[in-house]
Amino acid sequence: MRNLVLGNEALAQGAIDAGLSGVYAYPGTPSTEITEYIQHSKTAKEDHIHYNWSANEKTAMEAALGMSYAGKRSMVVMKHVGLNVASDVFMNMSVSGVNGGLVVVVADDPSMHSSQNEQDSRFYGKFAMVPILEPSNQQEAYDFMQYAFDLSEEIKLPVLFRMVTRLSHSRSGVEFRAKKRKQNPIKLPEDTRQFALIPAYAKIQFEKLVKKKPVLIEKSETSVYNRLCLSKRDKSLGIIACGIAYNYVMENVDEDKDFFSILKISQYPLPKKKIKELYDYCDEILVVEEGYPMIEEILHNYFDENDKIKGKLSGALPLTGELNPNMVGNATGFFHDKPKKLPNIVKGRPPQLCEGCGHTDLFNAINTLLPEIGNKKVFGDIGCYALGALPPLNTINTLIDMGASITMAKGAADAGLENVIAVIGDSTFTHSGMTGLLDAVNEKTPITVVISDNSSVAMTGAQDSSAVGRLESICLGIGVEPEHLITIIPLKKNHDKNVEILRKEIWHKGVSVIISQRACVRLSRDKKEEIKQKIASLN
Amino acid sequence: MNANIILSGVGGQGILTIAAVLDTAALNEGLYVKQSEVHGMSQRGGAVESHVRISDKEIYSDLIPQGKADLILSVEPMELLRYIPFLKNDGWLLTDSHTFVNIIDYPERHELYKQIKLFPNHIIIKATNVAKDLGNSKAANMVLLGASSTLLPISEESIRNAIRQLFEPKGEKVVNLNLVAFESGINLAKKYSEFVF
Ligand SMILES: Cc1ncc(C[n+]2csc(CCOP(=O)(O)OP(=O)(O)O)c2C)c(N)n1
Ligand code: SF4
Repeated sequence: MRNLVLGNEALAQGAIDAGLSGVYAYPGTPSTEITEYIQHSKTAKEDHIHYNWSANEKTAMEAALGMSYAGKRSMVVMKHVGLNVASDVFMNMSVSGVNGGLVVVVADDPSMHSSQNEQDSRFYGKFAMVPILEPSNQQEAYDFMQYAFDLSEEIKLPVLFRMVTRLSHSRSGVEFRAKKRKQNPIKLPEDTRQFALIPAYAKIQFEKLVKKKPVLIEKSETSVYNRLCLSKRDKSLGIIACGIAYNYVMENVDEDKDFFSILKISQYPLPKKKIKELYDYCDEILVVEEGYPMIEEILHNYFDENDKIKGKLSGALPLTGELNPNMVGNATGFFHDKPKKLPNIVKGRPPQLCEGCGHTDLFNAINTLLPEIGNKKVFGDIGCYALGALPPLNTINTLIDMGASITMAKGAADAGLENVIAVIGDSTFTHSGMTGLLDAVNEKTPITVVISDNSSVAMTGAQDSSAVGRLESICLGIGVEPEHLITIIPLKKNHDKNVEILRKEIWHKGVSVIISQRACVRLSRDKKEEIKQKIASLN
Repeated sequence: MNANIILSGVGGQGILTIAAVLDTAALNEGLYVKQSEVHGMSQRGGAVESHVRISDKEIYSDLIPQGKADLILSVEPMELLRYIPFLKNDGWLLTDSHTFVNIIDYPERHELYKQIKLFPNHIIIKATNVAKDLGNSKAANMVLLGASSTLLPISEESIRNAIRQLFEPKGEKVVNLNLVAFESGINLAKKYSEFVF
């Protein structure tokens, strides 16, 4: 039977069937549905698989490593920029190695459908010297999971599992064909020195890691997921196609699978021998890869012959944005008709804050004060409220990475800028805003931090926020003075009152925190009730 | 057989439901399906698209190539025109006439209809009005799906079954509303000659 599932869901089911004991994650498009699928899975509940959200990607990955230390299979899931946050543990756990299987799922977002950049996670995998798996379709997303965990336990390393938006968010019929594996029992590492990276042990571990490289390459050479097909008819072009990019090549050659020689890559480090075979067989090599031109660069290194290798660097494919079948068609010589022109009459339609959203009332209050405090002083962060950077609101001036509103505001205040404001969401605050607030409190930096608290991680589909019921106590604990910690309710009828409070705090020469508190209007009544009860139980 | 369908509209207008019905029906007929969709933005009001591909052979690309769509089915006329670069030469355009105006520079709607009429194969229907008459304007998506039924590679009966299957958890009333909306769409398209505005 084929099940109609997203690439993300296929992967999640694959992990459950592979004997997963826990998933750790912080939401982030396009990765969110993986964890949500496990949260809604009956089997996961019955088997007591851990699936609650973590505060951020670093805490998630460390917890996953702890579960692996105890001998069980764990998975950590994030969007590409999440790996920046978790990179400290990621780089070090490749040195320590793992005990139970550990799979790191990272979903890249080429074309930035919902992200600040289009960084390519394969570089992290290469940097950390761990194997990378890159499925090209939904069935592979399912099938690869079993292999990923087995591989991780066999070579005692974390395995990076790379997804991209178009696979994460595309549905297809998938067979859940593996027999469900039992979870591992608790089994502590034979020698815990592996996990104690004081220099003396770290040196030994790093040596071990470096020595694993030939083993990993050999695994890639013999992997069924790296398939080389040499064309008997045509030697003019050999194509190296990775992950989802393979589909765009096949879309163009259609039925005629012997049209070109093709090396499909779904497992890294790269199988050098297979690549050499293709290289020697063909007059020209085209690398089709989603993301940065990583393989193309490596090939230039291998062969030192630039003209024969084509791809993003040579200009055959664009350096930015995601690939599509038309681009790949053009690069392989399957020219398509020129598509019809987009009629001029069509106007852009960006998403907007929902009708009645509390963020809007907060921005209106801040905007009222801009004439007196001056423009360009509102440091923003990531979440629904980032739409405050767009017209008609135009309140927010910056958006860099999660948590940067508070710390950038601090830096600007340190530079001498007055009346500086940071706007941050509740989930973003507990993700990575709290530590920055501590810096500001320690130095009594004159900034006003506004936490726009909608009791939810709204941007990614209303997941539970770790901040619920805890913001005040966190701020007080960090050392914010109680008289400068004020809660307001962002509603039209409170506008004047809220402006007054904001004005006073913005002119205060120290740290003020204003919690602007109103639940996201998209939360269901049940959810709102659940939140109320949680808050009550905390008080 | 190979059908490429682009669904378009504004976030919250129900195009992912149309996609789900098509996917389910196709899978039940034993066909291959790929359907990519836009996810992640909670906020409403932005342009949303989904690519649905149905075939009796394995499908590779999750995205429909430009110039290869057999049908663009839109819940909103300007959103229909946004995907014109995907349309095949002899492809079909089908849209609700009802506009969703949430931007200040939204074009004059008669200009939109005029542009759509430049393409020989087009159907413009008042799906929202029909759905309203049936008791819920949200069912406009099923009216449109009905109107597209002769252009689809799957049987009407499979689609009816898929509608039953998908709406069943919401109760019989919802199932029936959507089935009736689907039938109205079929009839509208049968009678369709020209959209007059
Ligand atoms: C490191 C990192 N992880 C995850 C994301 C995705 N993401 C952006 S903002 C956000 C949470 C927003 O929640 P909150 O701050 O409460 O704002 P809201 O959307 O509720 O207004 C998430 C999950 C990201 N951009 N960067
Ligand atoms: S989803 Fe919630 S937080 Fe986001 S714009 Fe809508 S109401 Fe505001």
